Amino acid sequence: MVRVFTENLGRRVVGGVEEFGYGAALLAESLYWLTMGRFRQQPVRLAAVAAEMMRIGVYAIPVVAILAFANGIMMALQGVYTLRDFGAESQVIPGLAMSITREFGALIVGIVVAGRSGSAIAARIGAMQLSQEIDALRVLGVNPVRHLVAPILLAMLVMVPVLTVLANFVALLGGGLLCSLQLHMSLAAYAELVVANLGVFDLMQGLIKSLVFAVLIALVSCSNGFAASGGSEGLGQRTTRSVVFCIASIVVADMIFTFFLSR
Amino acid sequence: MFREPHAENGARVATGTAPLHGDAPEPILQVEDLVACYGTQRVLDGISLAIQPGEIHVIMGGSGSGKSTLLRHLLGLNRPVSGRVRLFGKDINCIDGQQLFELRRKTGVSFQGGALFNSMTVGENVCFPLREHTRLDDRTVRIMSRMKLEVVNLAGCEDLMPAQLSGGMLKRAALARAIVMDPKLLFFDEPSAGLDPIVSAELDELILRLRESMNITILVVTHELDSAFKIADRITVLDRGRILMTGTVDQIKGSDIARVHGLIHRIAENEIVDVDAYLQRLTGMD
Repeated sequence: MVRVFTENLGRRVVGGVEEFGYGAALLAESLYWLTMGRFRQQPVRLAAVAAEMMRIGVYAIPVVAILAFANGIMMALQGVYTLRDFGAESQVIPGLAMSITREFGALIVGIVVAGRSGSAIAARIGAMQLSQEIDALRVLGVNPVRHLVAPILLAMLVMVPVLTVLANFVALLGGGLLCSLQLHMSLAAYAELVVANLGVFDLMQGLIKSLVFAVLIALVSCSNGFAASGGSEGLGQRTTRSVVFCIASIVVADMIFTFFLSR
Repeated sequence: MFREPHAENGARVATGTAPLHGDAPEPILQVEDLVACYGTQRVLDGISLAIQPGEIHVIMGGSGSGKSTLLRHLLGLNRPVSGRVRLFGKDINCIDGQQLFELRRKTGVSFQGGALFNSMTVGENVCFPLREHTRLDDRTVRIMSRMKLEVVNLAGCEDLMPAQLSGGMLKRAALARAIVMDPKLLFFDEPSAGLDPIVSAELDELILRLRESMNITILVVTHELDSAFKIADRITVLDRGRILMTGTVDQIKGSDIARVHGLIHRIAENEIVDVDAYLQRLTGMD
């Protein structure tokens, strides 16, 4: 019993280290192709990057906007009703401004992109792996990391921060509408208070996190796609695993970064 | 070395085919004592063979004989436990990525399921290698891809998506992509699998015509006897990860090796039942 448990634990630890190493290798190789590909006459295609930016960023704008708007209203509601008991309703706005820009804007975008694009990327690369398209790329002399992963990574690094800025704005707008109704103030006054309470560091904190989330989503989803095997059942498992691992890694990374950036 | 061409089948007579007698040229592909394993299971055991320029060489064997694994090793997709695969004289497991990249530009591969990129049209699939490896302008690339689609009788299909193609069309489109860079060596995995006899025969004719028109060396992996006998100059028979024999069609047909004879004449194997082992398998007990 103890032996089986120890063996399983050891196997999982080795598997985890192996997967982490594979992700790191994917990152290093992608960065290599993004920087050196042009000099080796094998550039990362801009058309592929643009297509990924459309899939990851542009098509995600409606869902990000709706979630951010709803989240802004919810946070404002919770703030107003909780702080009313202490007579500190006026502190809702600084709290709202900082928590959205530092934390929730990036987190909402990270979770939406992980669920939406992370699953799609894992499924797409997994299906290509199962149908031998990845093998076909290799034998055609095309590096799969350059052709598939590097455009995804670059598109993520551009679009996740852009979506985060959008989410910040829309969430603050939602919170502002609620505050203007509940606190009887104009949107202009609300905006002035938001700007007065926000520093560059608050905005940067969210943007730095969004860059980390972008890298995590790209690597986790791509590595799960490449590891797909065992037909449709295996592909489904890898896609689910990709979403779960993306969201889990985003939340854990968020916690770590908040710990260090808030000190 | 090779079977004499049939007079009635002009396609079998290829320009540049290796001489039938006399000094053999340097093999275009040479495998030396190749051993491959999946985990602890040895799936290829001491495979050695040589493919001569201009020949159509068929690797034949039943299911689970190791054909696909051998092909993956020949393509450099898997690394062997031991042994060598020399492509154009270079060991593909001992060269750097750039050299392997150069070698792969001289080869073409048509996979069993086609492995066309599903997100691209047929035309884009065929253009893909040219766009990646050459600096030809777009118009020239399109003309060249149309030429190859003409060769495989798929003219006018360049705007179709792979999902819209039939099994035979899919294989021919994959073949067009494989030959678009004018390779010296073409690998063809199971050309007849899943096709009806007529389409399969058309594909056999196409392979013979390609060898004739492009002076190309072709290695075909198949388990289809009729197809193998029709196109092959030489056949290597693989069984349980080992080579049973290599020879011309006539030599294979006339073989007195029991397992080759069984494969050719579709004789089912009578497995010798070990009663103890059988009971052990059933009960799961030692």
